[in-house]
Amino acid sequence: MTAYLLCLVLFSIGLYCILRKRNLIKIIIGIGIVEYAVNLFFILVGYRTGGRSPIFARDQVITNMVDPLPQALVLTSIVIGLAVTALLVAIAIRIYEKYGTFDITKINKLKG
Amino acid sequence: MRHSKEAGMTLIVKTVTRLTVGLILLYGIYIIFNGHLSPGGGFAGGVIMALSFINIMLAFGKEAALKKFNLSSAQLLASAGALIFLLLAMIGFIDGHFFSNFFFKNKLPFDLLSEGNIPIYEVAISLIVGGGLFAIFVALVIEHKADKHSD
Amino acid sequence: MNIIPLFVIIPLAAAFLISFAGRFAKRIPDILGNSACFALLFLSIYMANALYKIPGHILVYKVGGWIPPIGISMVVDSLTAFMLVTVNLVAFMIAVFSIEYMTKYTDKWKFYTLFMLMIAGINGVTITGDLFNLFVFLEIASISSYALVAFGTESEEMEASFKYAVMGSVASSFILLGIAFLYSWTSTLNMADMASVLAEKGYTRTLPFVSVLFLMGFGLKAALVPFHGWLPDAHPSAPAPISAMLSGVLIKVLGVYALSRIFYNVLGMDSRILSILIFLGALSMLVGVFLAIGQWDLKRLLAYHSISQIGYVILGIGLGTPLGIFGGLFHLFNHSIFKSLLFLNSGAIDYSIGTRNLQEMGGLRARMPVTAATNLIASMSIAGIPPFNGFFSKLIIILACVQAHHAGYAFIAVIGSILTLASFMKVQRYAFFGVLNKKWEAAKEVPVGMLASMIVLGLVCIVAGLFALPPFSAFLTNAANVLVNGKDYAALVWGAVK
Repeated sequence: MTAYLLCLVLFSIGLYCILRKRNLIKIIIGIGIVEYAVNLFFILVGYRTGGRSPIFARDQVITNMVDPLPQALVLTSIVIGLAVTALLVAIAIRIYEKYGTFDITKINKLKG
Repeated sequence: MRHSKEAGMTLIVKTVTRLTVGLILLYGIYIIFNGHLSPGGGFAGGVIMALSFINIMLAFGKEAALKKFNLSSAQLLASAGALIFLLLAMIGFIDGHFFSNFFFKNKLPFDLLSEGNIPIYEVAISLIVGGGLFAIFVALVIEHKADKHSD
Repeated sequence: MNIIPLFVIIPLAAAFLISFAGRFAKRIPDILGNSACFALLFLSIYMANALYKIPGHILVYKVGGWIPPIGISMVVDSLTAFMLVTVNLVAFMIAVFSIEYMTKYTDKWKFYTLFMLMIAGINGVTITGDLFNLFVFLEIASISSYALVAFGTESEEMEASFKYAVMGSVASSFILLGIAFLYSWTSTLNMADMASVLAEKGYTRTLPFVSVLFLMGFGLKAALVPFHGWLPDAHPSAPAPISAMLSGVLIKVLGVYALSRIFYNVLGMDSRILSILIFLGALSMLVGVFLAIGQWDLKRLLAYHSISQIGYVILGIGLGTPLGIFGGLFHLFNHSIFKSLLFLNSGAIDYSIGTRNLQEMGGLRARMPVTAATNLIASMSIAGIPPFNGFFSKLIIILACVQAHHAGYAFIAVIGSILTLASFMKVQRYAFFGVLNKKWEAAKEVPVGMLASMIVLGLVCIVAGLFALPPFSAFLTNAANVLVNGKDYAALVWGAVK
């Protein structure tokens, strides 16, 4: 139970970072923290008490395994997070070339 | 103190990189081919293969790495991997369903060639992920000639 | 039966082929992209037609031959067929428009690759029957749209794209968190299986929490009012065909369709969520239209009107009565057609004279007659003037509000409609009527390819009012029945799995 609560605390820390920091790179780091927290939560959902890793071996009979489905889903989710982070970093580099600063309070040409 | 401007890092890093980059690439290929037997698979193996090329770029500078493997060939490799993946998925139509798994079904489990066409999927995924990651890295470090100021 | 996965295979194959070979030949991206979109349009009309003859109006396809819930399944029922026809019709028109329009930007093959990936993601969200598969296709479509908004690489487009990307990935994280909670409660990811397990297990405190998470996540994708902040910056900054695609298709499929599918069919609707949806819909209507009146940038005005019209759709779907859902879905179809036509018109104006500011235009009717005519048709549709299609769908929504004893919301809908009429009269007066501005003496009409797509969309605007009448309204009534009888979804799917 405490593991789940700590995951949600990590999610809130990432969300605070996205909302309150003024530097573009810190916002990207905040998005990374939020994605880690959600992936960690998903894997913890699959834990069974006393289970071992869900991989068959050649000559053994395994009785107690943790749930393998969240692990496959989180693999996909990590790759999606990689793609989003790469896109955000590329956009941030171009913004620095155009505006000369990373401060979001100075990047406000679109108004109204 | 350096007297002349060289690309890349110091001599120790360059020597160690020359010795270990081939081993990193080999380890990545091992993880890809054993993806259906032990943890790993296409995603992790592809990232490790891309990392070996990025290692060359970090240690020896941009031009040395780009001579081995430049941006358009990385993009071509990633697209080719994606086309192979889609082609394999459509071959499953022969058996009746999209993505069906029907080669080699009669070999023993835990062998290298056992699980049908899953190892070929892993190779295709590693091409996509490895080529894509290297292309992203090169695209981020290439400087735009039009926006560069002096020097 | 085997053509169901083709809706995802064809755009993916086109995207990969264009990214492999597109930089070598000039004409390959155009030919591949447009033929793929035409094939998709043909298949979606064929699928909608074939679905009538099947009892139960539902088709299930097992990917890889694995039986659900062990494998992923693709489900096509009447609502799916309706959304597929809408999406692919608009996508084909936009693909034809962008043959000529995108010559102003460099690297047309990159545009077509991203465009095909976005269509693959949108089609995938529509036909899937599995929750995590929905999340993966949602992310494919969203990431392509973040990259497409930044396509022109000017400073405003970069800023708008960054804001959109950050808000979009926060919303996706909320959706994934909701899926994780649902998986931990029901231990399955298939939508039909989850519906039957939730119906057995009854009420638990997890369900309102997950409902709020999904409302926040999908509400941001649909641009409902507390979550609309990204839309007025992202939609004007994109190139005109992409603005039409985003406003006309993406916010509907990723937002409204996913929201109604999950709330009506999987979670089971209760009256608290319905009242929240009605309230947010009415709020969107007013906020969108009040903020739109003072705008002088043409595309920003159209973007604010998107927020307002999505409010109408959510109001109709949130009513929960058969007439309300019919009106909501009909307005969704109409809005796709006339909003994409309006954005394509603004793209045509931008192509000819290079500005989007209403105060600089004037009297363009003399130089660009076809654009002016289609713009007049689309403006009258969105304002709700008979006999165009917007009138019928707004009338049905207002009648459904009165029938469900929410007369106050009907009054708000009428006020929103009047203010929409006011702001589009402003657009017509400043852009097309009046004296021709001296600067635009040399302006010409746009090339034939762009004109063809605008004319076809204008014709659909005129004809689509017929959908309210009995022989054609069966198309919409079947789609609405999927949501009205939401609890039968699981039984229908299990009956159709062979």
